[in-house]
Amino acid sequence: MSNKQKTENENSKDKIYYVLSFIAVLIIAILFTFPLYWIITGAFKTGKEINAAAPVWFPTEWVVDNFSRLMGKRTAPILGWELGNITIGAATIPGALRWLLNTVFMCVASMLLTCITSAMAGYVLAKKRFFGRATLFTLVVCAMALPKQVILIPLLREMNALHLADTAWAVIFPVVGWPFGVFLLKQFAEGIPTEMMEACRIDGANEWRTFTDVIFPMIKPGVGACAIFTFISAWNDYFMQLIMLTSSEKLSIAVGIATMQGESSTDYGLLMAGAALASVPIIIVFLIFQKYFTKGITMGAVKG
Amino acid sequence: MNTKSISTSRPRKLVIHETVTSYLFLLPFLLFFVLFVIYPMFMCVFTSFFDATMGREDIFIGFENYKRLFADKVFWIALKNTMIIVLVSVPVTCAFSLWVASVISKMPVAATSVFRCIFYLPVVTGSVAVTMVWKWMYNNYYGIFNYLGTNMGILDKNINWLGDPKYALGCIILILLTTSVGQPIVLYVSALDNVDKSLVEAAAVDGATSFQAFWKVKWPQMMPTTLYILIITMINSFQCFALIQLLTQGGPSNSTMTIMFYIYYNAFKLFDYGYGNAMGVILAIIIAILSAIQFKVAAEK
Amino acid sequence: MKKLLALLLVGAMSLSLVACGGSTNEAPAEEAAPATEEAAAEEAPAEEEAPAEEAAAASEITLWTYPIGNWGDQATLDTLLADFEAATGIKVNVDFLTYADGDDKVNAALEAGTAPDLIMEGPERLVANWGAKGKMVDISDLIDDTDKAEINPAALAACFDAAGACYEYPLVMTAHCMAINKTTFEAADAMQYIDAETHTWTTENFLKAMEAVNAYTGTQVGAVYCVGQGGDQGTRALVNNLYGGTFTDAEHTKYTWDDPKNVQALEKLVEMDSINFDAGIAGGDEIALFYNGTLDVAFCWNIAQQLNPNSANTGAGLTLEGDEIMFMAFPSENGTDTKLQGGIWGFGVFDNGDAAKIEAAKTFIKYMCDSEKTADAVKAANYFAVRDTAEGADLSGIWADNEIMAEYNVLMPYLGDYYQVTTGWAEARTQWWNMLQQVGAGNDVATVVAEYCGNANAATGN
Repeated sequence: MSNKQKTENENSKDKIYYVLSFIAVLIIAILFTFPLYWIITGAFKTGKEINAAAPVWFPTEWVVDNFSRLMGKRTAPILGWELGNITIGAATIPGALRWLLNTVFMCVASMLLTCITSAMAGYVLAKKRFFGRATLFTLVVCAMALPKQVILIPLLREMNALHLADTAWAVIFPVVGWPFGVFLLKQFAEGIPTEMMEACRIDGANEWRTFTDVIFPMIKPGVGACAIFTFISAWNDYFMQLIMLTSSEKLSIAVGIATMQGESSTDYGLLMAGAALASVPIIIVFLIFQKYFTKGITMGAVKG
Repeated sequence: MNTKSISTSRPRKLVIHETVTSYLFLLPFLLFFVLFVIYPMFMCVFTSFFDATMGREDIFIGFENYKRLFADKVFWIALKNTMIIVLVSVPVTCAFSLWVASVISKMPVAATSVFRCIFYLPVVTGSVAVTMVWKWMYNNYYGIFNYLGTNMGILDKNINWLGDPKYALGCIILILLTTSVGQPIVLYVSALDNVDKSLVEAAAVDGATSFQAFWKVKWPQMMPTTLYILIITMINSFQCFALIQLLTQGGPSNSTMTIMFYIYYNAFKLFDYGYGNAMGVILAIIIAILSAIQFKVAAEK
Repeated sequence: MKKLLALLLVGAMSLSLVACGGSTNEAPAEEAAPATEEAAAEEAPAEEEAPAEEAAAASEITLWTYPIGNWGDQATLDTLLADFEAATGIKVNVDFLTYADGDDKVNAALEAGTAPDLIMEGPERLVANWGAKGKMVDISDLIDDTDKAEINPAALAACFDAAGACYEYPLVMTAHCMAINKTTFEAADAMQYIDAETHTWTTENFLKAMEAVNAYTGTQVGAVYCVGQGGDQGTRALVNNLYGGTFTDAEHTKYTWDDPKNVQALEKLVEMDSINFDAGIAGGDEIALFYNGTLDVAFCWNIAQQLNPNSANTGAGLTLEGDEIMFMAFPSENGTDTKLQGGIWGFGVFDNGDAAKIEAAKTFIKYMCDSEKTADAVKAANYFAVRDTAEGADLSGIWADNEIMAEYNVLMPYLGDYYQVTTGWAEARTQWWNMLQQVGAGNDVATVVAEYCGNANAATGN
């Protein structure tokens, strides 16, 4: 009897706690959405409202002026590939759109390369016993700890020597070399039962077949997570993009928009429109993949 | 340890075969890793032993940069601030994410999904854009905090949040928190789902309160997730840079100076590459040692 | 066993490191060598036939430009550069920098050998920074006696270093000033303290005016912004002019801002109710606050802001609310002895070891800065020409049709010494805003000033 009463007491206490927490989480969630809300509404505000001293919570008039300034200030060829005397895709489009294309290309290429190399490397680091494994893993962890700023100048020198400076590859390759994906997928691959591999060996499958037909499908969620992580971090890798890319038509969206600022006064409308343009595509990518992605990182961490 | 026992117990031929295969699999990654991470990393360590600046040959000075570091007042301030950021943001991120996850994981699936996305938004939006909005929110003259604070009577007068040494570091940490809880929340939500339900029920039958059940049953099961979060959050907090560069430049009065920003300042503003790199090496060593400790703890659990 | 193999692995890795180290060192050398030879070979016979200037110019060069007026605007530049290509056959690829992170990009490029051929900025960067570090080509051969007679002597002097090498060919200049919200000043009955004709005021009147505006609005009137170096010419000019202090000595070898007159000025500024030290904003933020009416004076101002206060072309000389903006000289003891900070912009040539590109860059400079086309180049920059005539073309009247530009001309005689070329400038700038933060935090002014000025001097090597 008393036991039951106690449980009921506990239950109502739990309920109160839960309702209060829910309200608190809701309030905090609003704070989290605020920056994005402010950027998107800001992008459509008139100059008067965006510069106003008293906050204008919601635009009274929606205008696209900011976007037309953003699109009109710079132009670039859509592709501009030169093959001898012929230029493919010489048609001119707003610079911002070209930068968006560039950024998508850099992110997709970084993502694909990272996923392939990390899946292969993560698998052997987790499942094979070979000479130098411990050393390599230590190097992987040390590299993650190194601040990127200090390696930028040697990296740029190297890119120049390899004739890669001012190409998308100069941004892509260091992302691919960054060992986070390997670390993540190693954690994943550790969850694969060793018997699986033994079975393959007995069946006479070669190492490559074992990897593509058995291992890869098993770490797929991890690869999905790795893909999204790489995509997002490549998208936001501002400093690397700034240093590596120089030609106007090769810039990334974030760097490109920054070059449109004036001498010392700030065009906030342009800034907001640029930020909206730079963040909305990646948010869409995130929303599309989020289910897959959630499953992915969870498995990686839990099995670690 | 592991490698040794295998190498002695298994036939030599198999070991060689395994090693060759492994390196073939590692080859694509190693190509990028060695060329674009290890090589510049090596150059960074190398340069830290030189007095290197723009426009003249580097001069070898041995450990002078490292000695100078220990005598540099600002470096110690930067180290202190960095430690404060790490010590505050790592546990707070963990605790906050766990709390949010525990609340939203009890909601219907669709609602959980929505909240998970919301808490991930600042990560996806990118620090440049997010920082721009926060800068406005902190604005001394009409920022939202002062606006709401004075209108609701919480503040007597406007506070110059980023311009006051008392508040600036706290303000930076707050933004850092919003940009770093996304991933931990996602992880904890799933970890809570994965907890063995029969154990929780058994605890309930034994008369444990839900609070006890949480700490005694769920928490130990989520330990691997927690450790993973600790390491990732720690590396991110140590490397906090963009926020400082965009908002305070290390000021006011060095109150937000972090090692990462000081490295950038020395290398890119004063062209003191050797000195900046020496600091980078020290920072990497600190992070590596702390990671190693956490790996060890994780291995023991 | 394991150790041995680990060692081997490390060995193999370092070998590969050495290998790529080798390649990084070799490749640029290989690349540069034929180019210089080729250029030298072309140049040698050319010198015999024709004047050196026209010789062997490369057909394609790169220009990086900071956002100096419409030199940061693609459409304007496309026209200018197309004209240049039509006239000389040299194609110029232009890339745009920002003041926020352009320096980082240039510095990284210089270190890596990917610097552009031409750069557009001012002497503080071209002469005091990259020139002093041996990264720029001495272009004093472009400046003959006619040019020396035509170009404003102060502007020209700033483009030369102490050893007589010239690292910048100046194109335009302006005077940095301050601005007031005239509408508010009128309402506060503070216009009586201002000489509206000459746009000047005395220190005494400035203090009275600030008090009057503060009494009228009840809020802060101006901000001594100091979160970073952005717009610091304004805070320097304000402090120096109030009681006639100096920032450096006349020879530009030493920082003298620990002058008691500057201490007096800083003490005065700290004590004023109408002005606060703000370590949360920089010059750009101050302009935004002035534009939206939060502040009633701005210390970071020049003709560019007067023409376009928020970079979005919402009307020259008007705030967000439509209040009238009036540009003003910084206050000084008798009003007319004010010394304004100059802004001088022009072109410099990076030494990339390619004589043909250097020639082409020089052709570009000659075309933009000293030809009948100079008028267009100056107009694009939205500033004043550094010379009245260029190759016989009269430049004095190019802004005659622009009322604001013509009016702004009254400030030009107050241009002071261009001291931003003093050694250790980058370090000194940092010391300056850090010092302002300390002063604003209420520390003893004299002590703080002595300490930070000392740090700046330590960086000059004195």
